[in-house]
Formats: sequence, structure tokens, C-alpha cells
Amino acid sequence: MDRNVTKRMSYTLASTLESVNRAESLASEAASRAGFSEDEQSNIAMAVREAAVNAVLHGNAYDPEKKVFVVYERTSDALVITITDQGKGLDPDGLPDPLAPENLMKGSGRGIFLIRAFMDEVKFRNIHPGTEITLIKHLGRSAATEEEAQ
Amino acid sequence: MTMKASNRQINGVTVVDMSGRITLGEGSVILRDSIKDLLSKGQKKILLNLGNVTYIDSSGIGELVSAFTSVRNQGGELKLLNLTKKVHDLLQITKLYTVFDIRDDETAAIGSFK
Repeated sequence: MDRNVTKRMSYTLASTLESVNRAESLASEAASRAGFSEDEQSNIAMAVREAAVNAVLHGNAYDPEKKVFVVYERTSDALVITITDQGKGLDPDGLPDPLAPENLMKGSGRGIFLIRAFMDEVKFRNIHPGTEITLIKHLGRSAATEEEAQ
Repeated sequence: MTMKASNRQINGVTVVDMSGRITLGEGSVILRDSIKDLLSKGQKKILLNLGNVTYIDSSGIGELVSAFTSVRNQGGELKLLNLTKKVHDLLQITKLYTVFDIRDDETAAIGSFK
């Protein structure tokens, strides 16, 4: 797939909460550099945080032998973030709807819902073992214009 | 920013002033422990002041829901005060905005407890 990547940064992170914070912080920086608004930066960072939590907690289960791979790619029209774990795999279609009345008061299960709410495209791929989740946020006209002006 | 929580007692209501981030890990644990501690002391009228909460993730949202349920199950009330736009928006999209009793005036909020 030719994404016309203009900038790419990749990181290998341990399966820890510190890595979640790092992935979030890096996402915020990448979104800022790409020219997204503060609100969009915050939403992208939150989506990445949720994906990183899934990778560390549900995927790798804090296993020190397993890593989380995070790639930030800037294309001509989008920020593309890919987060990969080495866990048992995830079936995104099998997740309960957190907005359903029977799930509304549950203490968990909102992470992927929030990722989908904040990103333009979300793709899952089982890589046996592990899950790769790709988050895409397209640059709006205002964001692209801001960066060109810099 | 580290999560902090401090309590004030006003007319039988415990106001919990929270600041920082309520996220997976320390932030969620502090919220959980605060509620657990108050309930163990029989303090069941709780007003969570989130005015200085800068960020909340899905774990933090889950912790708020669990806190609400725990307090209600013990016959108490938990209300939210001073939501930032970010937290307000999150509760809207997760359809929790109508579940919680959300207030923006502390005095009126304290007076609303049964």
C-alpha cells in the first residue's frame, strides 16, 4: 500500500504503563507537528493511549518478554499510527457495545469505542500472534494550511 | 500531571476536589481508594469536583461509573461538579451524561443531596 509517507518514526516499547504514556505523548507531538488543532491533538493522543492500553494490558498482559511496536507516519493527507502487540489476538467484532443499556454501567469496555469515535479510520489485523491496529486521522483543510504556513 | 484528591466536609456532604489525570494506573487507583475510604467511614453523600481534572481515559470513565454504582449500592449519592469541556464531551459520547447527576454550582449541588 502506497501511503506516500513523508515522515516515519517507529518505537519498540516495553509492556508497561510508562509505554502507554510515552505512546500517548509521542502521538500528541506527531499530531501537533502535522498541524492538527489542539482538540484534534488531544483526541488523537487519547485514541493512541487507548490502543496502547489494549496492547499492553489485554494483548501482552504486561509480559516483559513481549513488546509493543508503535509507528507514526505522516502522509500527504493524514497521520497514520500503527500499534502492534504480541498477544493472543483480538476480535473487534466480538466486543460488546458499550452504549447498549446492559453495558452502560460497566466499569470497562469503552476503549475501542473511543478510538473509533476519535479517528477517521480504524483497522484491525490479527498477525498470529498479536494484533495490529492502524489509526488514521485525515488532515483537514485548516490543519494542512497551518503547516504550510510554518 | 499527578492525580490528587482532597476532601472537604460541607453540610454533611463530602466534596472531593480532584486534580490531574484520571487514567489507568495511579489516577484510577486514587479515585477508587478515595471512594472506598469515604464509604468505609459511612460518608455516602459525595460530590466529585472535577474542575481541575485535565484528562480522563476509558479507565477513568469506568472508575467513575464504578464509583457511582458503589455509592448507590450503599444507599448513597455521588454527583459530579464542574466538568471540563473534555470530560463533558466524553460523558456525552459514552451516553453517561444522563446517568450522572452533573452540577456546575457547588452550593446548589450540596443543597441537592437528600
